[in-house]
Amino acid sequence: MNTSILLATTARILNQFRHDRRTVALMILMPSLLLILLRFVFNSEQAFSRAAPALLAVFPFAIMFIVTSITTLRERTTATLERLMTMPIAKLDLLFGYALAFGLVAVVQVLVAVGVSLYWLGLSIGGSVWLLVVIAGLDALLGTALGLFASAFARTEFQAVQFMPLFVMPQVLLCGLFSPRESMTPVLEWLSNVMPLSYAVDALTAVTTSSDITGELVQDLTIVAACGLLALVLGAVTLRRRTP
Amino acid sequence: MTSSAAVEVTGLRVRRGKRLVLRDVSCTIPQGSVTGLLGPSGCGKTTLMRSVVGVQIVESGSVSVLGSPAGSPDLRRRIGYATQNPAVYADLTVEENLRYFCSVLRAPRSDVSRVIDEVGLGANVSQLVSSLSGGELSRTSLAVALLGTPELLVLDEPTVGLDPLLRDELWTLFRTLAARGVTLLVSSHVMDEAARCSRLLLMRDGALLADDTPSSLLSETGTDDLEQAFLSLVRAREAA
Repeated sequence: MNTSILLATTARILNQFRHDRRTVALMILMPSLLLILLRFVFNSEQAFSRAAPALLAVFPFAIMFIVTSITTLRERTTATLERLMTMPIAKLDLLFGYALAFGLVAVVQVLVAVGVSLYWLGLSIGGSVWLLVVIAGLDALLGTALGLFASAFARTEFQAVQFMPLFVMPQVLLCGLFSPRESMTPVLEWLSNVMPLSYAVDALTAVTTSSDITGELVQDLTIVAACGLLALVLGAVTLRRRTP
Repeated sequence: MTSSAAVEVTGLRVRRGKRLVLRDVSCTIPQGSVTGLLGPSGCGKTTLMRSVVGVQIVESGSVSVLGSPAGSPDLRRRIGYATQNPAVYADLTVEENLRYFCSVLRAPRSDVSRVIDEVGLGANVSQLVSSLSGGELSRTSLAVALLGTPELLVLDEPTVGLDPLLRDELWTLFRTLAARGVTLLVSSHVMDEAARCSRLLLMRDGALLADDTPSSLLSETGTDDLEQAFLSLVRAREAA
Protein backbone atom coordinates (compact mmCIF):
# COMPACT_ATOMS: atom_id res chain seq x y z
CA MET A 1 0.00 0.00 0.00
CA ASN A 2 1.06 3.56 -0.69
CA THR A 3 -0.37 6.49 1.26
CA SER A 4 0.19 9.11 -1.44
CA ILE A 5 -1.70 7.03 -4.04
CA LEU A 6 -4.48 6.39 -1.50
CA LEU A 7 -4.79 10.12 -0.76
CA ALA A 8 -4.64 10.98 -4.48
CA THR A 9 -7.58 8.60 -4.97
CA THR A 10 -9.52 10.27 -2.15
CA ALA A 11 -8.79 13.70 -3.62
CA ARG A 12 -9.90 12.50 -7.06
CA ILE A 13 -13.24 11.23 -5.71
CA LEU A 14 -13.85 14.43 -3.73
CA ASN A 15 -13.09 16.36 -6.92
CA GLN A 16 -15.70 14.31 -8.75
CA PHE A 17 -18.19 15.27 -6.01
CA ARG A 18 -17.21 18.92 -6.39
CA HIS A 19 -18.38 18.78 -10.00
CA ASP A 20 -21.68 17.16 -9.00
CA ARG A 21 -23.16 19.59 -6.47
CA ARG A 22 -26.67 18.19 -6.66
CA THR A 23 -25.53 14.75 -5.49
CA VAL A 24 -23.55 16.32 -2.65
CA ALA A 25 -26.56 18.39 -1.57
CA LEU A 26 -28.82 15.32 -1.64
CA MET A 27 -26.37 13.20 0.31
CA ILE A 28 -25.83 15.80 3.01
CA LEU A 29 -29.41 16.96 3.44
CA MET A 30 -31.41 13.76 2.86
CA PRO A 31 -31.07 12.18 6.33
CA SER A 32 -31.96 15.48 8.01
CA LEU A 33 -35.04 15.93 5.84
CA LEU A 34 -36.17 12.40 6.63
CA LEU A 35 -35.66 13.01 10.35
CA ILE A 36 -37.72 16.22 10.15
CA LEU A 37 -40.45 14.24 8.41
CA LEU A 38 -40.30 11.57 11.11
CA ARG A 39 -40.55 14.19 13.87
CA PHE A 40 -43.86 15.38 12.45
CA VAL A 41 -45.09 11.86 11.79
CA PHE A 42 -44.63 11.05 15.48
CA ASN A 43 -45.88 14.48 16.49
CA SER A 44 -44.25 14.04 19.91
CA GLU A 45 -40.72 14.88 21.06
CA GLN A 46 -40.60 11.84 23.35
CA ALA A 47 -41.54 9.31 20.69
CA PHE A 48 -39.11 10.99 18.30
CA SER A 49 -36.30 10.84 20.87
CA ARG A 50 -36.86 7.11 21.24
CA ALA A 51 -36.71 6.33 17.51
CA ALA A 52 -34.24 8.95 16.30
CA PRO A 53 -30.99 7.38 17.57
CA ALA A 54 -31.62 4.18 15.62
CA LEU A 55 -32.47 6.22 12.53
CA LEU A 56 -29.28 8.23 12.89
CA ALA A 57 -27.59 4.89 12.31
CA VAL A 58 -29.91 3.63 9.58
CA PHE A 59 -30.04 6.66 7.24
CA PRO A 60 -26.31 7.26 6.75
CA PHE A 61 -25.80 3.51 6.44
CA ALA A 62 -28.44 3.08 3.73
CA ILE A 63 -27.57 6.23 1.76
CA MET A 64 -23.85 5.54 1.79
CA PHE A 65 -24.46 1.95 0.74
CA ILE A 66 -26.39 2.94 -2.34
CA VAL A 67 -24.18 5.86 -3.38
CA THR A 68 -21.02 3.80 -2.99
CA SER A 69 -22.26 0.70 -4.76
CA ILE A 70 -23.34 2.72 -7.80
CA THR A 71 -20.18 4.84 -7.98
CA THR A 72 -17.93 1.82 -7.69
CA LEU A 73 -19.96 -0.11 -10.21
CA ARG A 74 -19.53 2.79 -12.61
CA GLU A 75 -15.78 2.51 -12.16
CA ARG A 76 -15.95 -1.22 -12.76
CA THR A 77 -18.04 -0.99 -15.92
CA THR A 78 -16.19 1.91 -17.55
CA ALA A 79 -12.63 1.30 -18.65
CA THR A 80 -11.12 3.27 -15.76
CA LEU A 81 -10.87 0.31 -13.38
CA GLU A 82 -9.18 -1.85 -16.01
CA ARG A 83 -6.81 1.03 -16.71
CA LEU A 84 -6.00 1.49 -13.01
CA MET A 85 -5.38 -2.24 -12.66
CA THR A 86 -2.56 -1.94 -15.22
CA MET A 87 -0.95 0.75 -13.06
CA PRO A 88 1.12 0.48 -9.88
CA ILE A 89 -1.85 1.00 -7.53
CA ALA A 90 -2.64 -1.57 -4.82
CA LYS A 91 -6.26 -2.71 -4.67
CA LEU A 92 -6.46 -1.59 -1.06
CA ASP A 93 -5.16 1.89 -2.03
CA LEU A 94 -8.17 2.20 -4.29
CA LEU A 95 -10.71 0.82 -1.81
CA PHE A 96 -9.40 2.72 1.22
CA GLY A 97 -9.21 5.81 -1.00
CA TYR A 98 -12.92 5.32 -1.70
CA ALA A 99 -13.75 4.61 1.94
CA LEU A 100 -11.91 7.72 3.11
CA ALA A 101 -13.63 10.01 0.58
CA PHE A 102 -17.11 8.65 1.27
CA GLY A 103 -16.33 8.53 4.99
CA LEU A 104 -15.59 12.27 4.97
CA VAL A 105 -18.87 13.00 3.21
CA ALA A 106 -20.65 10.70 5.66
CA VAL A 107 -19.23 12.57 8.66
CA VAL A 108 -20.57 15.86 7.28
CA GLN A 109 -23.91 14.19 6.63
CA VAL A 110 -24.10 12.89 10.19
CA LEU A 111 -23.00 16.21 11.72
CA VAL A 112 -25.84 17.97 9.93
CA ALA A 113 -28.38 15.29 10.90
CA VAL A 114 -27.32 15.30 14.56
CA GLY A 115 -27.29 19.11 14.67
CA VAL A 116 -30.78 19.36 13.20
CA SER A 117 -32.10 16.67 15.55
CA LEU A 118 -30.61 18.29 18.66
CA TYR A 119 -31.46 21.91 17.99
CA TRP A 120 -34.74 21.81 16.10
CA LEU A 121 -36.35 18.46 16.60
CA GLY A 122 -35.97 18.20 20.38
CA LEU A 123 -33.76 15.12 20.50
CA SER A 124 -32.30 14.81 24.00
CA ILE A 125 -29.27 12.67 24.59
CA GLY A 126 -27.72 11.56 27.85
CA GLY A 127 -24.24 10.80 26.59
CA SER A 128 -21.60 12.61 24.58
CA VAL A 129 -22.70 14.26 21.33
CA TRP A 130 -19.25 13.62 19.87
CA LEU A 131 -19.44 9.93 20.59
CA LEU A 132 -22.80 9.92 18.84
CA VAL A 133 -21.21 11.54 15.78
CA VAL A 134 -18.34 9.06 15.85
CA ILE A 135 -20.72 6.08 15.97
CA ALA A 136 -22.94 7.40 13.19
CA GLY A 137 -19.83 8.15 11.11
CA LEU A 138 -18.52 4.64 11.68
CA ASP A 139 -21.90 3.38 10.63
CA ALA A 140 -21.81 5.36 7.39
CA LEU A 141 -18.38 3.87 6.78
CA LEU A 142 -19.88 0.44 7.26
CA GLY A 143 -22.46 1.29 4.59
CA THR A 144 -19.65 2.47 2.31
CA ALA A 145 -17.65 -0.70 2.84
CA LEU A 146 -20.64 -2.97 2.24
CA GLY A 147 -21.53 -0.95 -0.87
CA LEU A 148 -18.01 -1.42 -2.23
CA PHE A 149 -18.30 -5.14 -1.58
CA ALA A 150 -21.81 -5.47 -3.03
CA SER A 151 -20.85 -3.65 -6.24
CA ALA A 152 -18.67 -6.63 -7.13
CA PHE A 153 -21.78 -8.77 -7.60
CA ALA A 154 -23.70 -6.36 -9.80
CA ARG A 155 -23.26 -6.27 -13.56
CA THR A 156 -25.58 -3.35 -14.19
CA GLU A 157 -26.76 -0.33 -12.27
CA PHE A 158 -30.26 -1.83 -12.10
CA GLN A 159 -28.84 -4.80 -10.21
CA ALA A 160 -26.84 -2.51 -7.94
CA VAL A 161 -30.00 -0.64 -6.95
CA GLN A 162 -31.70 -3.97 -6.19
CA PHE A 163 -28.92 -4.83 -3.74
CA MET A 164 -30.21 -2.08 -1.50
CA PRO A 165 -33.30 -4.11 -0.42
CA LEU A 166 -31.12 -7.24 -0.27
CA PHE A 167 -28.25 -5.94 1.85
CA VAL A 168 -29.87 -3.05 3.69
CA MET A 169 -33.56 -3.75 4.37
CA PRO A 170 -33.14 -7.01 6.36
CA GLN A 171 -30.63 -5.23 8.58
CA VAL A 172 -33.02 -2.32 9.10
CA LEU A 173 -35.93 -4.67 9.93
CA LEU A 174 -33.87 -6.70 12.39
CA CYS A 175 -31.76 -3.99 14.03
CA GLY A 176 -34.20 -3.33 16.85
CA LEU A 177 -35.83 -0.27 15.34
CA PHE A 178 -39.25 -1.88 14.94
CA SER A 179 -39.22 -4.31 17.82
CA PRO A 180 -36.64 -4.99 20.57
CA ARG A 181 -34.06 -7.55 19.49
CA GLU A 182 -34.41 -9.56 22.72
CA SER A 183 -38.09 -10.25 22.08
CA MET A 184 -37.63 -11.67 18.60
CA THR A 185 -38.02 -15.42 17.92
CA PRO A 186 -34.68 -17.24 18.32
CA VAL A 187 -34.03 -17.52 14.56
CA LEU A 188 -34.65 -13.82 14.00
CA GLU A 189 -32.63 -12.89 17.08
CA TRP A 190 -29.76 -14.99 15.77
CA LEU A 191 -30.03 -13.28 12.35
CA SER A 192 -30.13 -9.93 14.10
CA ASN A 193 -26.98 -10.91 16.01
CA VAL A 194 -24.97 -11.55 12.85
CA MET A 195 -25.93 -8.26 11.21
CA PRO A 196 -23.53 -5.39 11.84
CA LEU A 197 -26.21 -2.68 11.78
CA SER A 198 -27.73 -4.15 14.97
CA TYR A 199 -24.55 -3.32 16.87
CA ALA A 200 -24.45 0.20 15.46
CA VAL A 201 -28.04 0.79 16.61
CA ASP A 202 -27.28 -0.70 20.05
CA ALA A 203 -24.28 1.60 20.39
CA LEU A 204 -26.25 4.68 19.37
CA THR A 205 -29.11 3.85 21.74
CA ALA A 206 -26.59 3.38 24.57
CA VAL A 207 -25.01 6.77 23.93
CA THR A 208 -28.34 8.59 23.88
CA THR A 209 -29.52 7.10 27.17
CA SER A 210 -26.38 7.29 29.32
CA SER A 211 -23.02 9.04 29.48
CA ASP A 212 -21.16 5.88 30.60
CA ILE A 213 -18.75 4.28 28.20
CA THR A 214 -19.43 0.67 29.06
CA GLY A 215 -17.56 -2.41 27.92
CA GLU A 216 -20.61 -3.36 25.88
CA LEU A 217 -20.49 -0.05 24.00
CA VAL A 218 -16.81 -0.53 23.18
CA GLN A 219 -17.59 -4.06 22.02
CA ASP A 220 -20.43 -2.84 19.77
CA LEU A 221 -18.15 -0.25 18.18
CA THR A 222 -15.37 -2.77 17.64
CA ILE A 223 -17.80 -5.11 15.88
CA VAL A 224 -19.05 -2.32 13.58
CA ALA A 225 -15.50 -1.23 12.72
CA ALA A 226 -14.33 -4.81 12.19
CA CYS A 227 -17.25 -5.57 9.86
CA GLY A 228 -16.47 -2.44 7.82
CA LEU A 229 -12.82 -3.43 7.55
CA LEU A 230 -13.75 -6.98 6.62
CA ALA A 231 -16.10 -5.77 3.87
CA LEU A 232 -13.30 -3.56 2.47
CA VAL A 233 -10.83 -6.43 2.40
CA LEU A 234 -13.42 -8.72 0.79
CA GLY A 235 -14.06 -5.93 -1.72
CA ALA A 236 -10.35 -5.90 -2.57
CA VAL A 237 -10.48 -9.66 -3.16
CA THR A 238 -13.27 -9.15 -5.71
CA LEU A 239 -11.17 -6.69 -7.73
CA ARG A 240 -9.32 -8.58 -10.42
CA ARG A 241 -6.33 -7.42 -12.41
CA ARG A 242 -7.04 -10.03 -15.08
CA THR A 243 -10.55 -10.46 -16.46
CA PRO A 244 -12.06 -12.90 -19.00
CA MET B 1 18.65 -6.86 -23.15
CA THR B 2 19.66 -6.15 -26.73
CA SER B 3 17.49 -4.07 -29.00
CA SER B 4 15.56 -7.14 -30.10
CA ALA B 5 11.99 -7.98 -29.17
CA ALA B 6 9.92 -5.78 -26.88
CA VAL B 7 7.01 -8.20 -27.02
CA GLU B 8 7.05 -11.91 -27.78
CA VAL B 9 3.78 -13.77 -28.18
CA THR B 10 3.92 -17.56 -28.54
CA GLY B 11 0.97 -19.83 -29.30
CA LEU B 12 -1.54 -17.52 -27.64
CA ARG B 13 -5.09 -18.85 -27.32
CA VAL B 14 -7.80 -16.79 -25.66
CA ARG B 15 -11.38 -17.81 -25.09
CA ARG B 16 -14.00 -15.24 -24.15
CA GLY B 17 -17.18 -16.98 -23.15
CA LYS B 18 -17.70 -19.80 -25.64
CA ARG B 19 -15.87 -18.08 -28.48
CA LEU B 20 -12.23 -18.73 -29.26
CA VAL B 21 -11.12 -15.14 -29.86
CA LEU B 22 -7.41 -15.75 -30.45
CA ARG B 23 -6.35 -19.05 -32.01
CA ASP B 24 -2.66 -19.77 -31.74
CA VAL B 25 -1.27 -16.30 -32.29
CA SER B 26 2.51 -15.93 -32.37
CA CYS B 27 4.37 -12.73 -33.17
CA THR B 28 7.32 -10.58 -32.18
CA ILE B 29 7.28 -6.84 -31.85
CA PRO B 30 10.75 -5.31 -32.27
CA GLN B 31 11.86 -2.63 -29.86
CA GLY B 32 11.66 0.93 -31.16
CA SER B 33 9.14 0.08 -33.87
CA VAL B 34 5.69 1.38 -34.65
CA THR B 35 3.76 -1.82 -35.19
CA GLY B 36 0.31 -1.50 -36.65
CA LEU B 37 -2.30 -4.06 -35.63
CA LEU B 38 -4.87 -4.10 -38.38
CA GLY B 39 -7.96 -6.05 -39.16
CA PRO B 40 -11.73 -5.79 -39.23
CA SER B 41 -13.70 -5.00 -36.11
CA GLY B 42 -14.15 -8.13 -33.95
CA CYS B 43 -11.05 -9.94 -35.26
CA GLY B 44 -9.32 -10.02 -31.85
CA LYS B 45 -7.16 -6.87 -31.93
CA THR B 46 -8.32 -5.61 -28.55
CA THR B 47 -7.97 -9.07 -26.98
CA LEU B 48 -4.39 -9.33 -28.24
CA MET B 49 -3.64 -5.89 -26.82
CA ARG B 50 -5.24 -6.78 -23.48
CA SER B 51 -3.07 -9.90 -23.37
CA VAL B 52 0.07 -7.80 -23.94
CA VAL B 53 -0.94 -5.37 -21.20
CA GLY B 54 -1.67 -8.32 -18.90
CA VAL B 55 -5.33 -7.81 -18.07
CA GLN B 56 -6.65 -10.70 -20.18
CA ILE B 57 -7.10 -14.21 -18.79
CA VAL B 58 -5.47 -16.44 -21.42
CA GLU B 59 -6.17 -20.11 -22.09
CA SER B 60 -2.71 -21.12 -23.23
CA GLY B 61 0.45 -19.74 -24.75
CA SER B 62 2.81 -17.14 -23.42
CA VAL B 63 3.27 -13.40 -23.70
CA SER B 64 6.59 -11.87 -22.70
CA VAL B 65 6.84 -8.09 -22.45
CA LEU B 66 10.13 -6.19 -21.99
CA GLY B 67 11.71 -9.37 -20.68
CA SER B 68 9.01 -10.24 -18.10
CA PRO B 69 5.79 -12.25 -18.35
CA ALA B 70 2.87 -9.96 -19.30
CA GLY B 71 1.09 -8.61 -16.23
CA SER B 72 4.19 -8.67 -13.97
CA PRO B 73 4.06 -5.95 -11.28
CA ASP B 74 7.38 -4.44 -12.49
CA LEU B 75 5.76 -3.75 -15.88
CA ARG B 76 3.01 -1.55 -14.44
CA ARG B 77 5.07 1.64 -14.71
CA ARG B 78 6.72 0.69 -17.99
CA ILE B 79 3.64 0.26 -20.20
CA GLY B 80 1.29 2.99 -21.36
CA TYR B 81 -2.12 1.74 -22.45
CA ALA B 82 -4.99 3.58 -24.09
CA THR B 83 -8.16 1.51 -24.17
CA GLN B 84 -10.65 1.77 -27.00
CA ASN B 85 -13.35 3.23 -24.75
CA PRO B 86 -11.59 6.18 -23.20
CA ALA B 87 -10.50 5.28 -19.66
CA VAL B 88 -10.97 8.69 -18.09
CA TYR B 89 -13.40 10.09 -15.55
CA ALA B 90 -16.20 11.96 -17.31
CA ASP B 91 -16.95 14.10 -14.24
CA LEU B 92 -13.43 15.51 -13.94
CA THR B 93 -11.61 18.06 -16.09
CA VAL B 94 -8.85 16.99 -18.49
CA GLU B 95 -6.21 18.32 -16.11
CA GLU B 96 -7.74 16.69 -13.00
CA ASN B 97 -7.77 13.33 -14.80
CA LEU B 98 -4.14 13.66 -15.80
CA ARG B 99 -3.08 14.83 -12.34
CA TYR B 100 -4.72 11.78 -10.75
CA PHE B 101 -3.17 9.21 -13.11
CA CYS B 102 0.13 11.05 -12.78
CA SER B 103 0.10 10.53 -8.98
CA VAL B 104 -0.87 6.89 -9.36
CA LEU B 105 2.10 6.35 -11.68
CA ARG B 106 4.31 8.45 -9.36
CA ALA B 107 5.44 10.36 -12.45
CA PRO B 108 6.80 13.92 -12.15
CA ARG B 109 4.13 16.70 -11.97
CA SER B 110 5.63 18.32 -15.07
CA ASP B 111 4.44 15.34 -17.11
CA VAL B 112 0.88 16.67 -17.03
CA SER B 113 1.65 19.77 -19.10
CA ARG B 114 4.05 17.82 -21.34
CA VAL B 115 1.41 15.26 -22.39
CA ILE B 116 -1.23 17.98 -22.82
CA ASP B 117 1.09 19.63 -25.35
CA GLU B 118 1.93 16.34 -27.05
CA VAL B 119 -1.71 15.53 -27.80
CA GLY B 120 -2.68 19.16 -28.48
CA LEU B 121 -5.27 19.57 -25.73
CA GLY B 122 -3.96 22.92 -24.45
CA ALA B 123 -7.29 24.66 -25.10
CA ASN B 124 -9.30 22.04 -23.16
CA VAL B 125 -7.32 21.62 -19.91
CA SER B 126 -10.02 22.91 -17.61
CA GLN B 127 -12.94 21.49 -19.55
CA LEU B 128 -14.99 18.64 -18.07
CA VAL B 129 -14.32 15.39 -19.92
CA SER B 130 -18.07 14.82 -20.35
CA SER B 131 -18.24 17.95 -22.51
CA LEU B 132 -15.40 16.94 -24.86
CA SER B 133 -15.90 15.78 -28.45
CA GLY B 134 -15.10 12.18 -29.39
CA GLY B 135 -11.70 13.08 -30.78
CA GLU B 136 -10.77 15.20 -27.74
CA LEU B 137 -11.89 12.35 -25.50
CA SER B 138 -9.65 9.77 -27.14
CA ARG B 139 -6.76 12.26 -27.06
CA THR B 140 -7.29 12.64 -23.30
CA SER B 141 -7.08 8.87 -22.95
CA LEU B 142 -3.95 8.89 -25.13
CA ALA B 143 -2.43 11.61 -22.93
CA VAL B 144 -2.87 9.34 -19.89
CA ALA B 145 -0.97 6.60 -21.73
CA LEU B 146 1.92 9.00 -22.36
CA LEU B 147 2.35 9.88 -18.65
CA GLY B 148 5.56 8.69 -17.04
CA THR B 149 7.97 7.60 -19.71
CA PRO B 150 6.63 4.23 -20.80
CA GLU B 151 8.93 1.95 -22.79
CA LEU B 152 5.96 0.29 -24.48
CA LEU B 153 2.82 2.06 -25.67
CA VAL B 154 -0.24 -0.03 -26.45
CA LEU B 155 -2.80 2.17 -28.18
CA ASP B 156 -6.19 0.77 -29.13
CA GLU B 157 -7.58 2.80 -32.05
CA PRO B 158 -6.09 6.11 -30.88
CA THR B 159 -6.90 8.05 -34.05
CA VAL B 160 -10.59 7.24 -34.52
CA GLY B 161 -12.64 10.31 -35.35
CA LEU B 162 -9.69 12.68 -35.52
CA ASP B 163 -9.31 15.51 -37.96
CA PRO B 164 -6.71 14.57 -40.65
CA LEU B 165 -4.28 17.27 -39.59
CA LEU B 166 -4.36 16.10 -35.97
CA ARG B 167 -4.03 12.49 -37.04
CA ASP B 168 -0.91 13.42 -38.98
CA GLU B 169 0.51 15.18 -35.92
CA LEU B 170 -0.10 12.13 -33.76
CA TRP B 171 1.62 9.83 -36.22
CA THR B 172 4.60 12.22 -36.21
CA LEU B 173 4.60 11.96 -32.40
CA PHE B 174 4.48 8.14 -32.61
CA ARG B 175 7.50 8.11 -34.92
CA THR B 176 9.42 10.56 -32.71
CA LEU B 177 8.76 8.31 -29.71
CA ALA B 178 9.87 5.23 -31.67
CA ALA B 179 13.08 7.00 -32.67
CA ARG B 180 13.75 7.48 -28.94
CA GLY B 181 13.49 3.70 -28.49
CA VAL B 182 9.86 3.49 -27.37
CA THR B 183 7.96 0.54 -28.82
CA LEU B 184 4.45 1.25 -30.06
CA LEU B 185 1.66 -1.17 -30.81
CA VAL B 186 -1.16 0.75 -32.48
CA SER B 187 -4.42 -0.81 -33.63
CA SER B 188 -6.61 0.50 -36.37
CA HIS B 189 -9.34 -0.78 -38.61
CA VAL B 190 -8.55 1.62 -41.43
CA MET B 191 -5.98 0.43 -43.92
CA ASP B 192 -4.71 3.88 -44.87
CA GLU B 193 -2.92 4.08 -41.52
CA ALA B 194 -1.02 0.86 -42.25
CA ALA B 195 1.46 2.59 -44.53
CA ARG B 196 2.60 4.79 -41.64
CA CYS B 197 3.78 1.82 -39.56
CA SER B 198 7.22 0.27 -39.64
CA ARG B 199 5.74 -3.20 -39.14
CA LEU B 200 2.29 -4.66 -39.65
CA LEU B 201 0.32 -7.39 -37.98
CA LEU B 202 -2.72 -8.25 -40.08
CA MET B 203 -5.45 -10.11 -38.27
CA ARG B 204 -8.65 -11.82 -39.25
CA ASP B 205 -10.91 -14.11 -37.26
CA GLY B 206 -8.55 -14.47 -34.32
CA ALA B 207 -5.54 -15.46 -36.40
CA LEU B 208 -2.57 -13.56 -37.82
CA LEU B 209 -2.50 -13.31 -41.62
CA ALA B 210 0.81 -11.49 -41.78
CA ASP B 211 3.64 -10.19 -39.60
CA ASP B 212 5.83 -8.14 -41.91
CA THR B 213 6.96 -4.67 -43.04
CA PRO B 214 4.55 -2.78 -45.32
CA SER B 215 6.97 -2.83 -48.27
CA SER B 216 7.69 -6.56 -48.22
CA LEU B 217 3.99 -7.21 -47.75
CA LEU B 218 3.35 -5.33 -50.99
CA SER B 219 6.10 -7.09 -52.92
CA GLU B 220 5.13 -10.54 -51.64
CA THR B 221 1.51 -10.16 -52.63
CA GLY B 222 2.37 -8.31 -55.84
CA THR B 223 -0.07 -5.51 -55.07
CA ASP B 224 0.42 -1.78 -54.90
CA ASP B 225 -1.74 -0.88 -51.94
CA LEU B 226 -2.16 -2.48 -48.52
CA GLU B 227 -5.92 -2.87 -48.80
CA GLN B 228 -5.32 -5.07 -51.87
CA ALA B 229 -2.52 -6.91 -50.08
CA PHE B 230 -4.88 -7.70 -47.20
CA LEU B 231 -7.54 -8.94 -49.61
CA SER B 232 -5.13 -11.18 -51.46
CA LEU B 233 -3.92 -12.67 -48.18
CA VAL B 234 -7.51 -13.37 -47.10
CA ARG B 235 -8.28 -15.03 -50.46
CA ALA B 236 -5.11 -17.10 -50.37
CA ARG B 237 -6.01 -18.25 -46.87
CA GLU B 238 -9.55 -19.18 -47.91
CA ALA B 239 -8.39 -21.04 -51.00
CA ALA B 240 -6.00 -23.12 -48.90
